[in-house]
Amino acid sequence: MDDDQGLTAAGRPARAPRRRAAALLHRRPRLRLALLLPAPLAWLAAVYLGALAAIFLTAFWTTDTFTGEVVHRFTLANFQMLGDEPVYRTIALRSVGVAAAVTAIDTALGLPMAFYMAKVARPSHRPYLVAAVLAPLWAAYLVKAYAWRVMLAEGGLIDEALRPFGASGPGYGLTATVIVLSYLWLPYMILPVYAGLERLPGPLLDASGDLGARPLRTFLSVVLPMIFPSLVAGSLFTFSLSLGDYLTVKIVGGRGQLLGNVVYDNVGAANNLPFAAAVATVPVAVMLAYLAAARRAGALREL
Amino acid sequence: MTLSPAARAALRAVMILGLAVIYVPLLVVLVNSVNADRAFGWPPSGLTGRWWAQAADNAGARRAVLTSLKAGIGATAAALVLGTMAAFAVGRYRFFGREAVSLVVVLPIALPGIVTGIALSNAFQVVLKPLGVGLGLFTVVVGHATFCVVTIYNNVLARLRRTGTVLEEASADLGARGLQTFRYVTLPALRPALLAGALLSFALSFDEIIVTTFTAGPGTETLPIWIFTNLFRPNQAPVVNVLAAALIVLSVIPILLARRLSGTRTVP
Repeated sequence: MDDDQGLTAAGRPARAPRRRAAALLHRRPRLRLALLLPAPLAWLAAVYLGALAAIFLTAFWTTDTFTGEVVHRFTLANFQMLGDEPVYRTIALRSVGVAAAVTAIDTALGLPMAFYMAKVARPSHRPYLVAAVLAPLWAAYLVKAYAWRVMLAEGGLIDEALRPFGASGPGYGLTATVIVLSYLWLPYMILPVYAGLERLPGPLLDASGDLGARPLRTFLSVVLPMIFPSLVAGSLFTFSLSLGDYLTVKIVGGRGQLLGNVVYDNVGAANNLPFAAAVATVPVAVMLAYLAAARRAGALREL
Repeated sequence: MTLSPAARAALRAVMILGLAVIYVPLLVVLVNSVNADRAFGWPPSGLTGRWWAQAADNAGARRAVLTSLKAGIGATAAALVLGTMAAFAVGRYRFFGREAVSLVVVLPIALPGIVTGIALSNAFQVVLKPLGVGLGLFTVVVGHATFCVVTIYNNVLARLRRTGTVLEEASADLGARGLQTFRYVTLPALRPALLAGALLSFALSFDEIIVTTFTAGPGTETLPIWIFTNLFRPNQAPVVNVLAAALIVLSVIPILLARRLSGTRTVP
């Protein structure tokens, strides 16, 4: 068809240049690619990767204690402080612990929910269940954290609900932080796992049953390996979102700090961007390792 | 899979429990927004519409909603263009560094928001400030668009993989030019993916607070920032509560919209 167009174009020289350009584009896939790629690449590479590179360069600089100006001289002092001060080690370990706990809770709760939605519930009910799980995703982060602040308050709903059992709620603190973060990121775990389970062919499960496997065996040997990438994808969200959080900590966390708070306080109140940048390398290093592992598991396609 | 009745019952119980956990906090906010008590004691002492009237009257809150709408629309528009282009490049062509492109697109949401926030803030101060562009709505849009690209990219790429190129080849065989094929075949096939991605991207931007905190500058207040600055002020608590309740009620709209736009009943 290209030749045909070429002929008419040659026959009628006054033909609109726009059409000629279209025909040229059609024959040249490389040219089309060259028009498609630069804009998104430039944005992400220049705006995002460039900014990331710049901030990590800052981590090797210091701040003049008198003027508050950044001194552009190479030093490892920030990383030394990070390693030497036990308080930062504690905070880093606490942050990773909180992220791991949130991921574990969301997996324990999200996996059976997703399984029920995809394989047990009646097919006609599925869209409604998905919508029900998704809906809170649209209600703002702050609104949900705030709701928990109200519930966890002294004499709030949680205390009231536990009173008949002679117990009281956790109040504000690390436990509250883990609860609220688990709550906030639960849909991010359910959705990829649900999508993974939905793609899992039903006959495969029947075949496993016909071959004599009990449900638990089928789950461990057939379902789990097949949805593993989806699980990793979900955990990537729950882990990363927890690792960088500082607002939930401010709202329900009491006094315990996470890495995010240290970064935030050093950018704002302490006005020490180099140290903030050095602290920020910790979650980035953890996440890059996690991403590399996730890529091996083929989980990046599931995001 | 044939599950024992006990296993089915257990799974159903977890589902019900999960949904209860998801909805109880949201209900608490809704109830509190009409709670006559200023201090939100539990149980509520009486019903009132006073706080809703007070919130509707609040100029700061109204301005913040408007700023959030502008930021969301701007970021979504930029992300639509960039995300679609990247998805076409990765989905339809093989080239060196293709894997790297898909990784870079995911990176802004895979790394903690606070890192993205300080990195962008630092870059804007260093590069844009000398050019006379201060932190404000523009930098918020740029920041949001950076992590919104991935939602469009993922939706469009998934659609491109599912539909393949058969229809486009058929269109070309029938004599349609490249642009005609794009307009009458490719774009309609992509429309649900574009709309779903745009909706998600808008919601992501509307809700974002961490990157916004670092890229907004003092004069620009999005709704989440306004809520956060007023969260700990006892006087503003009822207004914050009403906004929270309004957001919960409004969150039903995108769900309904997404279901309608996607055209199928299976995709929410």
